[in-house]
Amino acid sequence: MNFDPRYSTRNFASVGTRPIRPDGVDKVTGRARYGADFNMAGQLVGRVLRSPHAHATIRKIDTSKAEKLPGVKAVITAADLPDLTDGDAAMYDILDNCMARTKALYDGHAVAAVAAVDVRTARQALKLIEVDYELLPHVTDVDEAMKHSAPLINDAIFTEGLEEKPVKPSNVTKRSQFGHGDVHQGFGHADFIVERSFKTEQTHQGYIEPHACVASVSSDGTADLWVCTQGHFVYRQHCAQLLGMEASKLRVTSSEIGGGFGGKTHVWAEPVALALSRKAGRPVKLVMTRDEVFRASGPTSATSIDVKIGARKDGTITAAEATLRYSCGPYPGSWAEIGAMTAFACYRLENVKTVGYEVLVNRPKTAAYRAPSAPMAAFAVESAVDELAKEIGMDPVDFRIKNAAQEGTRSSYGPVYGPIGIGPTLEAVKNHPHMKAPLGKNQGRGMACGFWFNFGGQTCTDLNIGMDGSVSLAVGTVDVGGSRASLSLVAAEELGIAYEQVKAIVADTSSLGYNDMTDGSRGTFSSSMATISAARNAIKILRERAAQMWDIAVDDVVWEQGHAVAKGEKHGNLGKLSLKEIAAASGTTGGPIAGHSELVADGAGVSFATHICDIEVDPETGATRVLRYTVVQDAGKAVHPTYVEGQYQGGAAQGIGWALNEEYIYGKDGRLQNPGFLDYRIPVCSDLPMIDTQILEIPNPNHPYGVRGVGETSIVPPLAAIANAVSNAAGVRMAHIPMSPPRILAAIEAERAG
Amino acid sequence: MAGVAVSTTINGDSVEYLCQPDETLLDVLRDRLGLTGVKEGCGTGDCGACSIILDDRLVCSCLVLGAEAEGRRVETVEGMAHGDSLHPLQQKFLEHAALQCGICTPGFLIAAKDLLAKNPDPTEEEIRFGLAGNLCRCTGYDKIVRAVQDAANVMKGA
Ligand code: FES
Ligand code: FES
Repeated sequence: MNFDPRYSTRNFASVGTRPIRPDGVDKVTGRARYGADFNMAGQLVGRVLRSPHAHATIRKIDTSKAEKLPGVKAVITAADLPDLTDGDAAMYDILDNCMARTKALYDGHAVAAVAAVDVRTARQALKLIEVDYELLPHVTDVDEAMKHSAPLINDAIFTEGLEEKPVKPSNVTKRSQFGHGDVHQGFGHADFIVERSFKTEQTHQGYIEPHACVASVSSDGTADLWVCTQGHFVYRQHCAQLLGMEASKLRVTSSEIGGGFGGKTHVWAEPVALALSRKAGRPVKLVMTRDEVFRASGPTSATSIDVKIGARKDGTITAAEATLRYSCGPYPGSWAEIGAMTAFACYRLENVKTVGYEVLVNRPKTAAYRAPSAPMAAFAVESAVDELAKEIGMDPVDFRIKNAAQEGTRSSYGPVYGPIGIGPTLEAVKNHPHMKAPLGKNQGRGMACGFWFNFGGQTCTDLNIGMDGSVSLAVGTVDVGGSRASLSLVAAEELGIAYEQVKAIVADTSSLGYNDMTDGSRGTFSSSMATISAARNAIKILRERAAQMWDIAVDDVVWEQGHAVAKGEKHGNLGKLSLKEIAAASGTTGGPIAGHSELVADGAGVSFATHICDIEVDPETGATRVLRYTVVQDAGKAVHPTYVEGQYQGGAAQGIGWALNEEYIYGKDGRLQNPGFLDYRIPVCSDLPMIDTQILEIPNPNHPYGVRGVGETSIVPPLAAIANAVSNAAGVRMAHIPMSPPRILAAIEAERAG
Repeated sequence: MAGVAVSTTINGDSVEYLCQPDETLLDVLRDRLGLTGVKEGCGTGDCGACSIILDDRLVCSCLVLGAEAEGRRVETVEGMAHGDSLHPLQQKFLEHAALQCGICTPGFLIAAKDLLAKNPDPTEEEIRFGLAGNLCRCTGYDKIVRAVQDAANVMKGA
């Protein structure tokens, strides 16, 4: 396939408009089917028994009483999910996380599961399962876990990435390092140096829809799985591998998804549901409770970060350094590594060094959460940048503009940037009316920048043209926030037809080739690229058919605005053939017309954002109020601007919750104290103001329309923007997220006490 | 356990069902009556995804027992549109893109309907506090508030 993904300027007809999404009516009428809205005849209810202990050896599980309870059709433990991972350590961890094998590693770790005729019976059965635990010492804090005296979570793990191979096991699974130049020398040239340590607490993606699936395994070895997921193809692969099935025999259909934000990229309940169904010989529906969602599914890392930045009097940064420690839960991850890559990505630095440490703790396995790892690093760096600007006596925006990365800058994590948006977002912020609005007593304004890589990846798309000229677009990237609308716009654009003529669906795993997960802001970026490629392939056939209908050479036929046009004087009398006319004749000109595309979408353009935020702090209580919030972000090209705005606003709101309120609170016993929306409080409508957005469009050179991913960057700046605002309002530097009232009050009181 | 026989009115239709004495109205609506437009986000009254109107009162159906619906009127998202014409709130949610994933949408629509029935001309602040019992994790609420404002204007004019 010779598809050229390079950007070229064009005047858009459909792209950039704001039509109503194709799945909209079903979603406002209650007809759309999410994970828990699907049922099969004869379906059983699955429930999972979870460890109440943070760390314990499982000596024995006795399921005999549960099995005898009338109405119970299957009880499983790790023994029913034998290890088929064949030395694949990452898959083994997924298996162990789905069902603890020898040790329970966190409060909420699955140890057994049942399938029963109804929920009441299933719950009763769980109570009859006897687990003999031997308690082990546990550790939940990231800094504590790094100490030599900390209880070891996995004694087979030795820190990777050290110069000398360690002789003792450790909770630190990996050290990674990025940067260039010589920071030591750089700090020598600095007139001002800011050095500070920061902490952020663990948060949850907080999707409103709990994980849910229906699994049906037949005795002939084929199976169906209906599930809310960000990547049904990946789920198929993982489930098939863990259950010892051929991937093609497992058909996975992705339901409508009620939020994911990275949290629905890993299998948890699905292999369990399949194992239950296999054992019971009936379909099994497994829906997590909210308590299980918090205790057992994907929180983000808790972190501890040290930052040191030095600059000359004129505001030039001479050196920047950070050490980042990220919790991974009880299994190795690469979260600190990503944090270390993103930390200084906004800046043009001669001397920069970042070091990341991945740390095991007795908490749930860390999962991706919207620009995973970047918000915490940005919080630490952007707080220090603000402080440094203040010390130098420069305006924080000007200081950042002076040091902002540009096209040609070697990024702190290695690659050299193409055209990027950090400078333009800063300029836009500098000129934004929000920056000049007056502030009252106890009010402060803060701003901060953020970066995210954006992913591309494997993508497969089918575009079929019906005999009536309507177009079915089948994509394999799950629609997490309106991408069916965006992709229909792209298909309409490329074919030169009306948006209404295109109907986009998300195909199941048996109907389309493999697609990577919808993560890394890749959904619209990569599937639009594949859609353009598929449409161009279809156009090629449309031209051939038109040539055939006219009986002229195909080279004389061009495609213009939804029509085949015969070029050249000799064809002057031929007029045009519409897509509809060509489609209507397809039965006699060679059969159905379709365009397919299989590609690896490379070159997802990096994305930058700068946010402004006004906060009021009550100095008596430490309570905060968000007064005004503005997001400026580069979209490359906004395919459906309303949904781009929605991504900006949603990311900002999640960041506000993280900055001010959300955190996992563990007791001394290692149990999660707040596994519910009452005590883990996400922002509600009355907590927030309108969230103003400004979309910049700096085309991504590696996409035909210039599109960049837009979904994640918006959660990167808020932690720091709000911390800077609080610091300006209350006169204290907040180094611990979330900035809950008690923490702010303590900081104010410490400041008063001098 | 013996079932409880309930007769009630749901979205204007009389309905009879048997349910367990400890079964929530949410489970009855979803699992027995197939009204899966009513969503479960928490089961503990904290998210509002299961919002319904019970005799003119906005409630979380996860906090009501199925048996309590006896002789009362239940309104769910499935009853908002008339034939193929959408309720102004539904229309405005679509136009303003007040939904991303949409799992919170049925609850918001019902809560907003209840709000506008009681206060046809709410200020932004009244909307924000009126909808504070419903969680949305996707939108940041901006477009939801605008959709409700716009729908209120349309409904006033009607
Ligand atoms: S499900 Fe009823 S309030 Fe959340
Ligand atoms: S649109 Fe996803 S929770 Fe509101």
